[in-house]
Amino acid sequence: MTAIWTMIAKRIGLGLLTLFVISIIIFGATELLPGDLAKSILGQSATPETVAAFRRELGLDLPAHIRYFNWLAGAVQGDFGTSLANKRAISDLIATRLSNTLFLALYAAAIAIPLSLTLGILAALYRNSVFDRAANALALTSISFPEFFVAYILIFFLARTGLFPSMAQVDAQTAFGDMLYKTFLPALTLTLVVTAHMMRMTRAAIINLLASPYIEMARLKGMSPGRVILKHALPNALAPIITVVALNLAYLITGVVVVEVVFVYPGLGQLMVDSVSKRDFPVVQAVALIFAAAYVLLNLTADVLSTLSNPRLVHRK
Amino acid sequence: MALLLTLLKVAIAIAIAMASGWLFRAALVAITRGETRKMLRTAPVSAGFGMLVVFVYVFVAVFAHVIAPFSEREIVGAQFLPWDSTHLLGTDNLGRDMFSRLIYAARNTVGIAFATTALAFIAGSFLGLLAATVGGWLDQVLSRVVDVLMAIPALVFALLLLTIFGTSVVKMVIVIATIDATRVFRLARSVAMNIVVMDYIEAAKLRGEGLFRLIIREILPNAMAPLVAEFGLRFCFVFLMISALSFLGLGIQPPTADWGSMVRDNASLITFGNITPLLPAGAIALLTVAVNFVVDWSLHRASGLKE
Amino acid sequence: MKDTAAKPVLLTMRDVRIDGHSEEVWSPIIKGVDLTLHKGEVLGLIGESGAGKSTLGLAAMGFVRDGCRISGGTIDFDGIDLLAASDAKKRGLRGKRIAYVAQSAAASFNPAHKLIDQYSETPVQHGVMSEQEAHRDAVELYRRMQLPNPDEIGFRYPHQVSGGQLQRAMTAMAMACRPDLIIFDEPTTALDVTTQIEVLSAIRNIVARFDTAAIYITHDLAVVAQMADRIKVLLRGNEVEEADTRTMLSAPKEDYTKSLWAVRSYARPTQPPVRKGTVPVVAVKGVTAGYGQVDILKNINFDIHKRRTVAVVGESGSGKSTAARVITGLLPPRQGQVLFNGKTLPPDYRKRNRDQLRQAQMIYQMADTALNPKLRLRELIGRPAQMYLGLNGKALNERVRALLDLIELEPDTYIDRLPSELSGGQKQRIGIARALAAEPQFIICDEVTSALDQLVAEGILKLLDRLQGEFDLAYMFITHDLATVRAIADEVVVMQNGRVVEQGPKDQMFQPPHDPYTELLLSSVPEMDPDWLTRLLEERAAKAAG
Repeated sequence: MTAIWTMIAKRIGLGLLTLFVISIIIFGATELLPGDLAKSILGQSATPETVAAFRRELGLDLPAHIRYFNWLAGAVQGDFGTSLANKRAISDLIATRLSNTLFLALYAAAIAIPLSLTLGILAALYRNSVFDRAANALALTSISFPEFFVAYILIFFLARTGLFPSMAQVDAQTAFGDMLYKTFLPALTLTLVVTAHMMRMTRAAIINLLASPYIEMARLKGMSPGRVILKHALPNALAPIITVVALNLAYLITGVVVVEVVFVYPGLGQLMVDSVSKRDFPVVQAVALIFAAAYVLLNLTADVLSTLSNPRLVHRK
Repeated sequence: MALLLTLLKVAIAIAIAMASGWLFRAALVAITRGETRKMLRTAPVSAGFGMLVVFVYVFVAVFAHVIAPFSEREIVGAQFLPWDSTHLLGTDNLGRDMFSRLIYAARNTVGIAFATTALAFIAGSFLGLLAATVGGWLDQVLSRVVDVLMAIPALVFALLLLTIFGTSVVKMVIVIATIDATRVFRLARSVAMNIVVMDYIEAAKLRGEGLFRLIIREILPNAMAPLVAEFGLRFCFVFLMISALSFLGLGIQPPTADWGSMVRDNASLITFGNITPLLPAGAIALLTVAVNFVVDWSLHRASGLKE
Repeated sequence: MKDTAAKPVLLTMRDVRIDGHSEEVWSPIIKGVDLTLHKGEVLGLIGESGAGKSTLGLAAMGFVRDGCRISGGTIDFDGIDLLAASDAKKRGLRGKRIAYVAQSAAASFNPAHKLIDQYSETPVQHGVMSEQEAHRDAVELYRRMQLPNPDEIGFRYPHQVSGGQLQRAMTAMAMACRPDLIIFDEPTTALDVTTQIEVLSAIRNIVARFDTAAIYITHDLAVVAQMADRIKVLLRGNEVEEADTRTMLSAPKEDYTKSLWAVRSYARPTQPPVRKGTVPVVAVKGVTAGYGQVDILKNINFDIHKRRTVAVVGESGSGKSTAARVITGLLPPRQGQVLFNGKTLPPDYRKRNRDQLRQAQMIYQMADTALNPKLRLRELIGRPAQMYLGLNGKALNERVRALLDLIELEPDTYIDRLPSELSGGQKQRIGIARALAAEPQFIICDEVTSALDQLVAEGILKLLDRLQGEFDLAYMFITHDLATVRAIADEVVVMQNGRVVEQGPKDQMFQPPHDPYTELLLSSVPEMDPDWLTRLLEERAAKAAG
């Protein structure tokens, strides 16, 4: 058992290292900017005095590595500095938006995961049937749709009739039930996009598994189809399914950006897009770091869980 | 009732799509010979439909200036004119002809996405094949760098880089191509890894073949099939990403006609029950579906032949 | 031999036809085969790859793999029509009355469950006994199968147990409900010869002990001779002939069967010993090599002379392939060196010059992976001639045609083919032609015949033999198959765990006294005599007791 914990510890260490390197990339990217950052933000007409003042404000007069460690130390404690656009503390901007985005992502995941796993397993069991072909074609189609297309189709059909609001305007006072109702369309959009991916990947993983000799052996032992699936396929399917789920939750992270913009939902994605067009880079850096950290943590969790579900690794020789 | 009508319309559309896919496949079978013909004959109708759509898009992109009744950027009337015989799909938020812009956007959006994918592909697959063939520290360095770059979500990374470099088509192409090249690298490397362990590669090394010939003559021909399928998938990914960025106002910039920004500019019409802004979005979706159908078929073929 | 014909009939198959689905068409795999099996009888099904043995064996359980279908005939198991029976009825038979032992036990045990739980699943689910009874019974059968630590081994996971032990555990599992019939599908093919003996004897004991009928599927004649009461020979989905084992071995009727039997007797005349003081083409001197910290080869020495064949023999993990990698320069040794015509070769192939690379060629075990599937024969064979001999255009074309003639393939027909358009034996011939194209003095043959059917393999051996005489070649022949050694070697090097345990001229090697490992290896190779296994086990028991 110690071997596996060493493995997991190593994986976590690697995850933290990756995160560290990512933070350097996210911070260091601004250093790639040709010329002076302050000048390029203020524009050509800025006087040398304003540029100098702005540089001090940004801390650009300090060497890069010191600025980086100041930034990182702040970020770890939740302090990302101040926004260039409105001079507010970034942590204030982010706080409620982060929980809004998490809410939306979890909402979508809560519908998408059970739905797509069920569909994927059914499609694998009845592969090459009409159901499988239809599900496959449908999934392929919805994977191909840009998120904003799905979103507008839903708005066209569901919001115009007044069934659901086309704008997901929520604030800290919105009650939970109301949140669910108001964010239904964005959540459904994300669900549709992610379900297709997840279903196809689950199907592929299960079919791959059903071709194993030990599944044929179970059938030759006269086991019922249900038992073959539950007792023989499922314990071995955990690792691939965990990977599928993690990959798609990670996909949700990117998916929220567009969906939040379409539905004018006050989340991190919308904040990021706004800040990109204003070139408010401290905010962009902060949001990028949060997204990247979530992404890395998801993959890390998935790896650890699939390690723990692999009998070859848990029970060493 | 309205729902039933919609369902009926969808069913008719699917039937037409299947019929046209079938016909296009029949036409292709009639004009081809030998292996290609044999391969096409077993293609599913969906793949036939996919090929037809791709063919139409390419045709429209190439002959955009002939087909489009108006120019790309000219203001030809009032804003948001409804559909009529002059302006088939009405006019947009600035009074430009919607139909013409839709046609020109085929050239712009598809062309830019294709160029980006090609760039990502050339860089990614070359480095991937090189890493797998040479191995050792080169492989280690390249793989670690790619691992880290891939640990940042693609859209988030693109947004970060675009903030720093500013938005322009050339910068966007370079940024997306770089991000996408990491994905291509990973696939090309893993495909090539399975090939370099083959005895025929060992035989070629022992024969004294140089690195260049080893990659071009021995490895590349065997990596082609998965790489071509991946090209289709990467194209879809890049195409959707560029559309998303344009939709967010951070990609292809006005006045260039582009499907993503056309949706954004005219989105307000949707709440009034006008489907015009959905057309450019649908144009994006249709091409991606088509490419995916063809890729799905080729992947299925590749896995079927292995058994 | 048991007199089983008098016993009641257990399984009857009449005119069974099975089709397989590939590239959108159904093509026949089994083309109308009859089979009758009596209670307690063991029937050997033999044939080359593609004969349809496994498909027929599974059909005896009323089972077909995905992509196959039974298109005709009848299958009757003890009065039950298996083709008409419902799925539930067939499930009730499988595992309980008809059991299956697969070729690869490592892949056929579920990695997620302990061996004993997989054992007890069958009797418990079929309602034959309770979990506790099944566990007790499992230990008993593990003991009978001579598994080490029978009380404890069942509580391990499949990946914690060796291949030979897993194969025995799988046989025990098949026996759990004391079935009337067991299908053994090549149960020892993946095992080394010394391990094979243990599994064979365990299977034979337990089948005899419970008087179970069995269908024993294999491509190995000597193995089937030990196991079966009767033998049925299949060829491409058709029955060739069937007879009881002794008759079949001593007096086969059909030409195909006779040709199968004849292969075993092929042997070329041994070359006279080399004169003392001759410089060997290749000399391996004091080589120690390995990966990381582990030494795979420990102080290896042997010579290979012009026009001579040295067979390097050993089981998997003995280091015989590593020795080849050291000679070709893929694995530079830690100590020692390789001499070519008396001159030291650079240890790393990348440091060798073209002429040094040209002189030593290699032919691989799997022609499928040794030939680039995307290149035509013209380039596959032509490339070495182009590189090393500078041939181009017409001269190159002539050379390729001459090489194709040499390996007995018609140039006009084959020169523009891809490897996928060739049979297994033809591919291996292309591997030979590619080696010859370099005009080498020395060729390493790495298990070149072990992936081929026996008749095809014999053709390859004869070809290699002829070419050796024509071009004065020195061969290093890596093999685990002692029959091949008998057929072609002049000298033999026996390896175990990275050391040479014995070496010398072939005739001397096959005469006692031996090194103990050589003795074990030699005695473990199954012979065509049906009494061989019985005799061997008695001898070994006597030796152990004495």
